[in-house]
Amino acid sequence: MLEQISWTTAGLGGLLIGLAAIAMMLANGRIAGISGIAGALIVPRDADWMWRLAFVLGLVASPYLVRLTGFEIATPANDHSVPVILLGGLLVGFGTQMGGGCTSGHGVCGMSRFSTRSITATLTFMATGFITVFILHHVIGG
Amino acid sequence: MARMVSSFLIGLLFGVGLIVSSMINPAKVIGFLDIAGDWDLDLMVVMGSALLTAMAGFAVVLKRQRPLFDTRFHLPAKRDIDTQLITGASLFGIGWGLSGYCPGPAIAGLTLGASATLYFLAAMAAGMALYRFTLGGGLGRPALDSPA
Repeated sequence: MLEQISWTTAGLGGLLIGLAAIAMMLANGRIAGISGIAGALIVPRDADWMWRLAFVLGLVASPYLVRLTGFEIATPANDHSVPVILLGGLLVGFGTQMGGGCTSGHGVCGMSRFSTRSITATLTFMATGFITVFILHHVIGG
Repeated sequence: MARMVSSFLIGLLFGVGLIVSSMINPAKVIGFLDIAGDWDLDLMVVMGSALLTAMAGFAVVLKRQRPLFDTRFHLPAKRDIDTQLITGASLFGIGWGLSGYCPGPAIAGLTLGASATLYFLAAMAAGMALYRFTLGGGLGRPALDSPA
């Protein structure tokens, strides 16, 4: 198991994500929590949407930057059925807003500040994530 | 202006990190969540690396009086662990396991030509709107836990 880990790309990717989180805090004093940023664009609560849109555009543009270096990006692969993905999307959307964060907000930004709220949230969504895939792949066989 | 430009660049950086680490590939994420199958531990390394980096950086940055382009830090106001948090996180985790996507990787992977990504994003937007218009208080009224 350990020898199959892509240590370099995983480590480097994580480093870049961490740097982005630091940069967002240093520059704008904000959590780089993508569910929060996206949620506030979909249903805004204040007039502060331009930096959020800029962030999202940066995310969307990132593959183009990566490709400039010649790095080949594989097309995302997903063998779950469309109805399952749709239900998943609905739950991710609803749940992230209810729980106030996702893997970036709670996972990276919250846990690195030793927030007990975020640690709890992260352990919770990891647990239900593991259980869901277990049921889907090994019980239902979907 | 500075906030917009910096946010764009930070979004770029974040996206590059997601791509390099393969987190934009739902198959990799599901591989990590599939503990009983061929367990793919990459996500754990990504998270660990991001955490170590952010821990070090935040320790320094949060000592400041204010960020560079704003008058104050906007940290989440809520501190307590309540049923809303647990329920929300639980639902998110289920959705994550069902789809293999969470918001960041899906948005970063928007242009990569996978229809699954588009289906997910449409459903995610609907789910977000559904919460924000029902339990979340609707337009214009900040929810109690919004960092504002």
